[in-house]
Amino acid sequence: MRSLRAAILIACVFAAWQLLFWYAGSNALTSPLDTMAYLGELLSSPRFYPHLIETAKAFAAALAIAISAGILIGFTLGLYRFAADVGEPVLVALYSIPKLTLYPIVLLAFGIGMPAKIAFGAIHGIMPIAIFALGAVRNLNPVYLKAARVMRLSPSRIAARVLLPAAIPEIFTGIRIGFSLTLIGTLLGEMFASQRGLGYLLIQAIGLHNVRMIMALTLLLVVIAVTASALLLAVDRRLRRNMLGTN
Amino acid sequence: MTPGQVRLALAAALVLLLEGLSRFGFIDRFAMIPPSEILWHLGKILIVGEMWPAIVKTLTNVAVACVAAIVVGVILGTLIHAWRSLRETLDPLFAAYYAIPVYAFYPLFIVIFGLGDFPQVLIGFMLGLVAVIVNTLNGLDRVPRVLLKTARIQRLGPLATALKVTLPYAVPYIFTGIKLAVAYSFIGVIGAELIMSRTGLGYEIGYAYNNFDNAVMYPLIVFVLTVAATVNTMFFLWEKKMLARRRK
Repeated sequence: MRSLRAAILIACVFAAWQLLFWYAGSNALTSPLDTMAYLGELLSSPRFYPHLIETAKAFAAALAIAISAGILIGFTLGLYRFAADVGEPVLVALYSIPKLTLYPIVLLAFGIGMPAKIAFGAIHGIMPIAIFALGAVRNLNPVYLKAARVMRLSPSRIAARVLLPAAIPEIFTGIRIGFSLTLIGTLLGEMFASQRGLGYLLIQAIGLHNVRMIMALTLLLVVIAVTASALLLAVDRRLRRNMLGTN
Repeated sequence: MTPGQVRLALAAALVLLLEGLSRFGFIDRFAMIPPSEILWHLGKILIVGEMWPAIVKTLTNVAVACVAAIVVGVILGTLIHAWRSLRETLDPLFAAYYAIPVYAFYPLFIVIFGLGDFPQVLIGFMLGLVAVIVNTLNGLDRVPRVLLKTARIQRLGPLATALKVTLPYAVPYIFTGIKLAVAYSFIGVIGAELIMSRTGLGYEIGYAYNNFDNAVMYPLIVFVLTVAATVNTMFFLWEKKMLARRRK
């Protein structure tokens, strides 16, 4: 039933796309079939792969930084009540500011290239992961922490042995949201601060008004994003269910 | 000390640190100008007034995108909530929506609608819309059955039920969506302006950056961040007040 619904949804999206194509004409966008054909051509051309790999590398590094820094910030604030009271509004405020306006500062700090992209991706992803990790620690059963203290565990052992296993489902939700934001951040970073990568190809295609390229890249990004997010959502649901089972 | 005072003290310390670092030459003037100079230039820019058209244009677009996202989002959310199978079909789309880089559609919108305000507003609207829909659905899910039964006993029609019973009950949840819509419309509009436009704050920041004009770039960045943070804080306080009143 679920897969049938997904099929209907995808069919509707493609139908709307085709209608829009008939309405707006080939000057504005390409039809679904053309786009897929061109995307296939791109994917089989050796000149395209370095860009794809470049983006994948930058994204992986940015995500690794966002996850580890986010969990570190969330746990640190979560363990100390006063620090959480001070820090949480700051995290929420940082989450909601338009970080794109910061790109000149990131560029000036890191220069054009890989580090700027990674930094730009990471600053987009850190906040939601930190906010969810903080929430996870706060909602933790206090008995766990008391037991850990009675056993005189050091803060790093508390984090590794108690907090992380108990808070995994919520942290994973944060990672799921952070994943998409990091991807967007990395692409935006590439659009402004790079000579390689999918974001660079996109901004170049925008400048040259290369509609086929824009459409094919957009399709590729949407497919990647939706697939990854569906997978993460499935893992997320399973983690939550398992958690309910053990409690 | 209260948490608020500590926050203020930390912020002040950070500004002082930056001021000191740049005054004593640890931060290159090419990279950043001292905070005091940023403020000074910001004051000058606001008084001279040559940026006001860009400021007004951007803030108007943000407001239009945000209000449209909230109104359309609440209406669509209510309709989708009423139609079960539609909702189950759309749920995966909503879950994956924020993984889609909406900016990728911006060039397409420019081609279709021209390089005016509309594509930028549309990006801000699209970013905010789904947050409002999802939170409206979430709020409507939590309406107690008793209220629905009472509404039926009073023979309220579907529209009256939504307006008088279910939506008011769902307001705190919808508010979460509204706060996100505010943030997202800022992000969408200014981001689109940075990518490609002829006017607006995002455009001016990009222009100043390309000309190494730190005396314009940093004040404008600070201005955007301050406005966004102020609006967000206002909504946060409003929400707190509203929740406190409900609890009574």
